[in-house]
Order: sequence, then C-alpha cells, then structure tokens
Amino acid sequence: MNLAIALTAAVLLVAIFLAVPIGRYMYMVYSGERFWASRILAPVENVLYRISGIRPNEEMDWKRYAIALLIFNLFGGLFLYGLLLVQGALPLNPEHFPGVPGGSAFNTAVSFTTNTNWQDYAGESTMSYLSQMLGLTVQNFLSAATGITIVLAIIRGITRQKTVDLGNFWVDMTRTVLYALLPLSFIFALVLMEQGVIQTLSSYIQAHLIAPFSSGGKQVAHQVLAVGPVASQEAIMMLGNNGGGFFNANDAHPFENPTALTNFLEMVAMILIPTALVFLFGHMAKARRTAWAILAAMLVLFIPLALASEHFDLSGNPLFAHLGVTQANLLSLTGGGNMEGVEDRIGAAASALFGSLATATSTGAANSAYDSLMPLSGGVNLFFMQMGETVFGGVGTGLATMLAFAIFAVFLGGLMVGRTPEFLGKKIGAFEIKMASLSILVMPLLVLIGTAIAVSTSAGRAGVFNPGPHGFSEMLYAITSPANNNGSAFGGLSSDTRFYNLITGLCILFGRYWAYLPLLAMAGSLAGKQKVPAGAGTLATHTPIFISLLVGVVLLVGALNFFPALALGPIAEQLAPFATTLTTH
Amino acid sequence: MLRSLRAGLVIFLLLVVSTGLVYPLVVTGLAQLFFPHQANGSLIRQDGRVVGSGLIGQYFDKPWYFWARPSATSPVPYDAENSGASNLGPNNPELIKHVRERIQVLQKADPQAKGPIPVDLVTSSGSGLDPDISVAAALYQVPRVAHAGGISETTMRQLVRDNTTGPFLGLIGEPTVNVLKLNLALHDRYVADKTHGAAGK
Repeated sequence: MNLAIALTAAVLLVAIFLAVPIGRYMYMVYSGERFWASRILAPVENVLYRISGIRPNEEMDWKRYAIALLIFNLFGGLFLYGLLLVQGALPLNPEHFPGVPGGSAFNTAVSFTTNTNWQDYAGESTMSYLSQMLGLTVQNFLSAATGITIVLAIIRGITRQKTVDLGNFWVDMTRTVLYALLPLSFIFALVLMEQGVIQTLSSYIQAHLIAPFSSGGKQVAHQVLAVGPVASQEAIMMLGNNGGGFFNANDAHPFENPTALTNFLEMVAMILIPTALVFLFGHMAKARRTAWAILAAMLVLFIPLALASEHFDLSGNPLFAHLGVTQANLLSLTGGGNMEGVEDRIGAAASALFGSLATATSTGAANSAYDSLMPLSGGVNLFFMQMGETVFGGVGTGLATMLAFAIFAVFLGGLMVGRTPEFLGKKIGAFEIKMASLSILVMPLLVLIGTAIAVSTSAGRAGVFNPGPHGFSEMLYAITSPANNNGSAFGGLSSDTRFYNLITGLCILFGRYWAYLPLLAMAGSLAGKQKVPAGAGTLATHTPIFISLLVGVVLLVGALNFFPALALGPIAEQLAPFATTLTTH
Repeated sequence: MLRSLRAGLVIFLLLVVSTGLVYPLVVTGLAQLFFPHQANGSLIRQDGRVVGSGLIGQYFDKPWYFWARPSATSPVPYDAENSGASNLGPNNPELIKHVRERIQVLQKADPQAKGPIPVDLVTSSGSGLDPDISVAAALYQVPRVAHAGGISETTMRQLVRDNTTGPFLGLIGEPTVNVLKLNLALHDRYVADKTHGAAGK
C-alpha cells in the first residue's frame, strides 16, 4: 500500500507541476497577445479564418455562442455518422470491414461528438483505419475543444462586466485545437511510440507460432496481430479526456499501453488539461488563490477515494483465500491483489488508480476490466462519476460544473449569514442559482430514472452478465457513465442492443447539452452585471471554509442522490463474499 | 446567420482535415522514420518469419515451455484480433469455477512446484493478450519446464532472470517476465540440441 500511496502522489504532483505552465500558456493563447507561440501559429490561424470567412474580432452573446456550438457539434455528429455508415466503400480499410450498422453508428456518433466515447463495438473488428482517423480521432479533438469553449465562455461571464459578449466560438475552437491540443498530442504521441505504442497503416500481421496448439479441436499455428494508427489517437484520447480505445481492451491492450511508464504518463495526461484549466481560470479571473482553493477541493475529494479503491483491489479476492493461491502484495507477484482483468505490467494498484482517474475525469478509459474490480473499487468508479464529473472533471466541462458548484457553495454560505451571495465580485441572483441548479440536477435525474427503466424492463435486464448485486451495478454503471459523458463501462453488459443504444444515446445527449446550456445562460447573465467590491460580509473564496463548503456541496449532491443505489449494488456485493466464505467453512 | 453557418461548416472541414488526416499521417511518417520497430508492433523475426510481437502474449501448452496467464479472448486464447477480458465479477461463481479448474491443471502439470500458486497464473488479464507473467509465476513453473526440457533448474532460473524486466527507474511498475521472449530463448536451445524444438512443430 505504501507503493500505491507513492504512485498516487507522484501522478498528482507531476500533473500539477506540468499544469502550471500549461495553464499560463493557454492564458496567453486566449488573451490574443503576441508571444512566441503566436508568432509561429498565428499565420496558420489567420489563413483558417480567411478561408472560412470568420471575423475573429466579432463577439457573440451567450445565445449566439451556444448556437454556434450546437451547429458545430451537429456537423461533427452527422459527419461521423455518415462516415461510419459508408466506411466499407472508402479507402484505408485493409481488413475490408463493412459499414457500421445504423444503431451502433448513431450511438458512436453521439458518443464521440459529446466527449463521452462510450463504445458498443470492438475497435479492431469494426472500424476501418479511415474511420479511426478521420472519424474518431477528429472527434477526440473537437469534443475536447468544445468542452474548453464552454468553460471559456463561463469564465468570461464571471470576469467581464456590463456586456453581453462572451467571446467568439469559432476563434476559441480554432485556438484550442491549434495551440493546445494538437501540439500536446503530437509530443505525447512521440513519447508513447518510443515506448512501443504502434502507428502504422499496414494490414493486420500474421505471426507463425513456434509452438502450435489445438483449441476446440482445431490446430492453431498462427496469431493475427491487429495493428493500426494507434499512437496518434491514444495521445488525444487521454489528453482530451475521451477514453474511446482503438482496441476493444482499451488501455489494457499492450499496443495502447505497453509499459508501466506509458501507464504512468497516461494517468498524468488524464488530469493534465483539467488541472491546467483551473490555473487558466486563476489567470483569467485574476483570482489565483480561488483557483488553488478549487484545486484543493478536488484533491480533498480525490485522494481518499482513490486510495480506498487501491486498498480494496490490493486486498485481493477473499473467495480465493482457501484455494491454495497467493495474492500477497509482493514485487515478485507484480504487486498481487485482485488480478482478474488486470495486466501484470500494470498491477492491481495502478489499475485501480487508473480507474479512479478515468472516472474522476470524464476520460472513461480502462487499463483493466472494471467489471472485475473488487466491489467497492468499482463503487468508487461509480461514485466519482456520480459527483457530476467535477473532481478534475472533463476537459472544460469539469471546471464548468465545478464553478456551478462554487456558485452554489457561496449561495449556501450567503444563506447561512443572511447576505446576498457573491462570487468574485458578482452578485449571485435568482436566475444564476436557477441555472446552476438546473445544470446540476439534470444528471441525477437521468441516472436514477434511466436505471429504474433498465431494471424494470426485460430489455434492460437482458444485457446483464454477472449475477446478483453485481448485475444491478452493471446497469447502474451503464446509465451513470453516458449521463456523465464518461464512457467507461462494466464491460460484461451487452450494450449493443436496440434498448441500450437508445437509452445510452439519450442519456449522453441530455447529459451533455441540458447540463451545459444553462451554464452558458448563467454566464450571459453574469457578464451583464457590474462587479462590486468585497465587503465585510463577503465569503472569501480562497479560505478553508470555502473549500469545505465546496466539498460539502459536491458530496451532498453525489452522496444523497446515489447512496441508496450504491447500497443496492457495490456495497451489498462487498458484504456478500464474506457471507459466502462464512457459510462454506 | 447564413454567413455564420457557412463559416462554421468551412472551419469544421478545415479542422477535420488537420486533426484527422494531417496530424495522424505526420505522426505515422515520423514513427516510420524514428521508431520503425516500435511503430510496426515490436515484431520478433526468426529465419525471416514473424514469430510474434514482443508486446503481445501467446498461448503455450507444451510442458517444456513456460505457460502464460489464462486468456479470455475468443474463439481461441490470445486472439490478437479480439482483445478482451472475462468481465467476471469478483463474486461470480463462474469466476471461482474457472480458478478452481486452472488450479487443478497447474497442480497436475507441476507436481514438484512448491508453495501456493501465484495469483496471476489463475486469473485472466484485461486484454487477454498479457505478454508477461510475474517472477513468482515463472519460478513456480521452473521445475516442470526444466524436467520436460532436459535443462538444469539452475540454468532455467538464470534464463528467467535474463528475461525479467525491472521497474522503470526502479520506481514505476513491477518486475515482469516476458513469456514469448523466454520461450524463444528455450526454443533456440531445443533447436540447437535437436530436442523439443523440432518435436514442437
């Protein structure tokens, strides 16, 4: 467990260390000032604007910003949907995969356009290289950039006064891709390839086994290695909190995550931009101490839960205890613990930590089979998503929700002392609170109603793979993950059915747009207000009191809404193995 | 409004081309220039033929080779076109059944092995393609492989050590043994001695 604690600390420290300069860099980018990067990239940027006829200095109010965002996402979804349907007739398809069936193509298009990356298909047996590159990789970039545009507009709403302008969506989108996501992905892809992540357009490779074997009465003398342009997609999949794997096994696959070092860097990559955005907020709002306070609240929520998850998975499966198997936490056992669904080069602790990071952010990638995690470790994954993707959260959207929670926290603080709440000099009125509440409450509604529908219909129950409380957890997970735009899964559940394609698709759409459009409206309203100087009754937003209030609000929404559901799933199951062991001995 | 729509469509298409064609193709070009071995799958060749990838595990069932971890891929184990896990929950009776069966197979195959069975030898990996086993899992099999392969246990343990990769900078990750590379080292010896290498084919 000491090694697990050290690993957790190392990931967080490296990420924060790198996020400070990246946050500063992104601040320079969006400020529009000339600096070293814009000297190189501004000519490219201007050419893009000239071709498309964008006037970069034109400002948009919240409605125009939101409409531009929706139109852009609609283009993305339609383009991807069409591409998947007709991939069979297009080039770069060496394995001759046919077009993706309509239901799955719809689900995938919705899922990738919204940064969810829920996958009801197995990549290496479904997607052509062209679909992976021109379809999925593109949306890995654009959906992440969309998240960042959302938080940019919200931050401007907080910082600007007496205006309706929240920025220019096309400019924010272009700059995010060109200055931030492309260069970072490029560097990360090179590092990943050095370690062994593949990047090729070759067709699948046949290997001749040195020791053929027979399986199911058939002689097997060859192994066909599925390959493809993986590194370029893997880099943005982690940095952009997408999480949709090139291969079915996602980051458990050795070609996506070949070494303990790539695993470490992929964990850092998941929280890198979400953390950098907190610092970006600090710069833009001239409120660096508030930014650190928000980061502190995230860490207070993240660290204990992640360590608990690692602890339970390292403890191993109690049902193996009397079978003559050792799960001891020794280096010679690659760390031991619960190894079902875990890769040896990664180990149980780093798998559980990866799971926490992938669900605390909206990445949803998996380097182990989450369905096989120990019950409470899987429960931690669920709980991180159910906190509304705020602990680091999705690229952009995480901080957006966290700011909504922060506004909620000062509102509660204001109620306690009987004063009008204010956040960074802006008075918080009824409209802002309504919009923040709307945004925060959509997700629990989707999750609880969706799960209720899944549980009470035969189509919902038909997908379940594991018996008992774990089967309930599978359904809860399958609704929680899309509704939070996360995309990870308890993979045993058969999700490529009409029922799950439809319900997860709807959860994704409502979870994305109903949660963030109200926040844009809130930003529009805040931008029109004048800043007031802080008075004696102002709740300072950088103190331990504020951090506690913020943590409390996030926990109240998560814990109170979902505790009954969690009790029926992971918690009931954690108690069950001991019961079985007791009755058999 | 219409102008805005047109601008949006054009910038969308420009970004599609930059992130979906230019970026992955430039990365592919650089990959083939600087890291051709890794980018093409860390392939291992013998006599000009590809015998596998150093990163992808293979299934072995002959007693004179080290065995890899159980694999949940279908239709055959270690199917590198169909990666995937068992997805069995920790409390699923099916999981306990698989583990019990695997224990029986191992106990029958390794009667001289001492101590409890390392957990990674009875559980399937996340990808079904795990190239590694733990050091304990390799040492557990040493008596069987040495006996069946006609090589002393001391030499066999040395071979295991030679194919063990330590943690990165001694910090990140745990030591693991690459099963295919270890078995290829054995295969070379069997071919040289004209023993099981030929028999295995």
